[in-house]
Amino acid sequence: MATEPATDFSFERPATYEEEARREGAHGVSPWRLALRRLKRNRVALAFGFLFIVVVGLCLAAPLWANGPAHTDPFKNHLTETIVLDGKKTNVVSLEGTPIGPTWKGRFFLGADTNGRDTAVRLLYGGRNSLLIGCAAALITACLSVLLGTLAGFVRGFTDTVISRTLDVIWAFPVILLGVALGTALSLQGLELGPVKVGADSKLIPILIISVVYVPYMARPIRGQVLALREKEFVEAARAQGANPLRIMVSEILPNLSSTAIVFVPLLVANAILLEAALGFLGVGVKPPEPSWGTMIGDGVKHILSGPHLAIVPGLMLVTTVLALNVFGDGVRDAFDPRATVRVEH
Amino acid sequence: MGRFVVRRVVQMLIVMFAVSVLTFLIFNVLPGGDPALRMAGRNPDPSQLKRIRADWGFNDPVYVQYFKTMGQVFSGDLISYSTQQNVWQELKGRIPRTFALAIGATIMWMVFATALGLYTAIKAGKFADRFLTIIALIGISMPVFWIGALMNYYLGFKLGWFPNGGYVPFFDDPWQWFYHLVMPWTALSLLFIGVYSRILRSNVLDTINEDYVRTARAKGLTERRVLINHVLRNSLIPVVTLWGLDFGAVVGGGAILTETVFELQGVGQYAAESIGQLDVPPVLFVTIFGAFFIVLLNTVVDVLYAALDPRVRLS
Amino acid sequence: MSSRPGGAGTAGPLLTVDDLHVSFATEDGVVQAVDGVSFELAAGEVLAVVGESGSGKSVMAMTLMGLTRSPNARFEGKAFYKGAELVEASEDELRAVRAAEIAIIFQDPMTSLNPVQRIGKQIIEQIQEHEALPDQQALERAVELLERVGIPRARERVDSYPFEFSGGMRQRVMIALAMSCDPSILIADEPTTALDVTIQAQILERIRELREQTGAAVILVTHDLGVVADIADRIAVMYAGRIVEQGTLDQIFYDPQHPYTWGLLGSIMRVDKPRPQRLPAIAGLPPSLADRPEGCHFRPRCPHEFAECRKVPPLTSRVEGQPDHFDRCWLPVDQKRDKREVLPGVIGLDSKEAAPA
Repeated sequence: MATEPATDFSFERPATYEEEARREGAHGVSPWRLALRRLKRNRVALAFGFLFIVVVGLCLAAPLWANGPAHTDPFKNHLTETIVLDGKKTNVVSLEGTPIGPTWKGRFFLGADTNGRDTAVRLLYGGRNSLLIGCAAALITACLSVLLGTLAGFVRGFTDTVISRTLDVIWAFPVILLGVALGTALSLQGLELGPVKVGADSKLIPILIISVVYVPYMARPIRGQVLALREKEFVEAARAQGANPLRIMVSEILPNLSSTAIVFVPLLVANAILLEAALGFLGVGVKPPEPSWGTMIGDGVKHILSGPHLAIVPGLMLVTTVLALNVFGDGVRDAFDPRATVRVEH
Repeated sequence: MGRFVVRRVVQMLIVMFAVSVLTFLIFNVLPGGDPALRMAGRNPDPSQLKRIRADWGFNDPVYVQYFKTMGQVFSGDLISYSTQQNVWQELKGRIPRTFALAIGATIMWMVFATALGLYTAIKAGKFADRFLTIIALIGISMPVFWIGALMNYYLGFKLGWFPNGGYVPFFDDPWQWFYHLVMPWTALSLLFIGVYSRILRSNVLDTINEDYVRTARAKGLTERRVLINHVLRNSLIPVVTLWGLDFGAVVGGGAILTETVFELQGVGQYAAESIGQLDVPPVLFVTIFGAFFIVLLNTVVDVLYAALDPRVRLS
Repeated sequence: MSSRPGGAGTAGPLLTVDDLHVSFATEDGVVQAVDGVSFELAAGEVLAVVGESGSGKSVMAMTLMGLTRSPNARFEGKAFYKGAELVEASEDELRAVRAAEIAIIFQDPMTSLNPVQRIGKQIIEQIQEHEALPDQQALERAVELLERVGIPRARERVDSYPFEFSGGMRQRVMIALAMSCDPSILIADEPTTALDVTIQAQILERIRELREQTGAAVILVTHDLGVVADIADRIAVMYAGRIVEQGTLDQIFYDPQHPYTWGLLGSIMRVDKPRPQRLPAIAGLPPSLADRPEGCHFRPRCPHEFAECRKVPPLTSRVEGQPDHFDRCWLPVDQKRDKREVLPGVIGLDSKEAAPA
């Protein structure tokens, strides 16, 4: 590049393109990769995500604890038994009905409830139920919402009207009221839809109720996004190529919804767990004697005068789990779509 | 304007109708026990059951029952299955309680959420922001009935700082009315403060980078005026819509949990108790009432939004 | 030959910028947006600051009003306005200067006005911040300002919202807003970039009229040399954070001294010359703001680079008889004129027109 005549002054040199390509290093990185990178940088979110995994692990390991140090199961009541505490023989449940508090030892690690059952054991088994219901409900909601939202937004017309009006009606009920109504109605005799029979005791009942209740909260934003997407050029291009609507929905629309869906999922799980707890508290969730965090809190509140630990313990566990999901979910949203306005009702 | 009102009223009626149908279906089509049995009490004999069924029309097909019940709703003659009381009479006394809860909680949560949201936005990225965001998230993660019960126990029962639940009507004793509502307001607000402060924070962060805020600074306005007149005002507009929905939900019976824990005997608690007893008439009434309110609030919110954001008006 | 850059003002310059540096700490490292900028602005003078995106011209202009201050920003150097120093000034001091002494028009009038407030209110807000004027009188002044910038039915339109105006009208509102407190300096940051070409001329006309009526100095920041030809007194060409050439309008257009300026002039399409084979453009890309070449920033793209260019060329006057014409190029003046003249027509001027001032 010495002092030669600048004949190439006005024209692009080949070298420019290389320089440009090198400069534009970010090209070729998919939005997924970028999002994951952003998420990885968010230490706090990752830490809480890990916390959630720890909770799940603990609950999955419930049998290990129950059969091991605790020597009991979630249903056995030790009402009339005594154990040795600080050298003294104490009733598990006193004559006035007050159960013992946390012993911090293998048996009755977190104390007993008014039926003499081991709280720690019930907590872990209850966690399995609560987590199962929460995750399953969230998954079903997500799938249903994407399905309904896409159908409504893409096909439009009569299908859209039917789906949207139905969602509106569900949405017009305060979440908890609808959940309680459905829970009460179904908990007595279960559900019978033609050949499909679901027993009243089945955990499928709360799962189905919770999923149905939350569908409008996700389906509407999805529908909105599909409405916008279908006007975009790449959809028009696909249509011009003669692709049939189903094909367009699957190959063009759905992938673009994935980041919205991913952002919704942790929040849905968190809300589902909270709703399950609310239903359990009001007595229309998981049926006794099966434990769940909600029913345990309900019992604890009822007998709070006998021992606050009955309510505090399951509550803390619930709060920790939901908090972990919320913080992690927040991090996921920041990573995938920093400008999102995703919101799930309570 | 007239057309707008008509459209909204029609929409309201449709939603109320749909909601009532749904409620009725849930309790009559989904098997849930025989109301006649419940009314008859223990060990009824068949003739008693037959008589009850005839009196109450339980033998009629579902849609006939529906129309009869709906007729009773609007004529004010609706009788509860379990308590044999007039539903509207029961409800009348409870509505002010739920309203008191909702309005007080709303004011509390809007004030705190605005302060918290604005503060965390200004200090975005710093320790104060991260810390307070976690606090807000804790608020969202706590079940209202749990924290409410614990507040009741520790602050009410053990320490005696606050009354142990219950409701005192305003006209009986305004101070006691207030005193009894402080804890329920707080418990109900915690959740909403968490949600709203974060939404506001996000809006403020978006707004603060807008060009017109830069223009406002270039005018030589103090930072305080820029924040309040330009940033905050514009950030709060979208929040108004959400507020309307939540307020409508709370009034329409969504505060079941708070009312139950604190024994406020409001609309929500009534609905919960009735549902538990499969007492269809009150449930029907409450859900229609709730739907009415939600649509009403929706309309109010739309009008407010148009008043605040002129861009919406002319579209 | 090495005199400090200065304008030909009468009672001393209105604004003196002395070795201004502005850097920002970002995710990708420290970005040096402004890398040693010095110039003077005389009262009533129109100074055009020309450069491509990333040259630092907007940052430099906004820094004069303190609008780039943030926890991530670092400033060095000084700027003197009527004796007061601006770079280190306190917020209170700056607030008094903003709008009342130095006002700014931004690039995008669509987003620069508060969408939910009436424009009258936005103008009144500025007036009342600096003067104790009662509402009615402030309103009168606003209406008068709108009339002056050519908004029809100003008395009615003063109650309108920004979205009710077209782009060109909105920019006029911004101009009215900027002039409302009678500033001595108007900074116009790419005022026409977001507008149609036909509107561009109107806006520039407005600015020129206002300058004539009020005697305000104007700093016109733009990337378009064509825009400045009609209106500028002096031109400063910026590249990669530095001023690479500065001089009067004639000097820059007819006796440009810096290869980058030649490139800019050469890339103006000329209707009166035979059409070139390809669109003339300067080869290469501006350097990344975080990672600049040592010495002369233009070095990698300059076809005339030689050994000396590794040292930063100071901004000095090198041309005999043009003490107010500065540039940053090590090439001897006669060599410049040679190399420049080798390409008549391609760089936009005929060798016959190249007349030393």
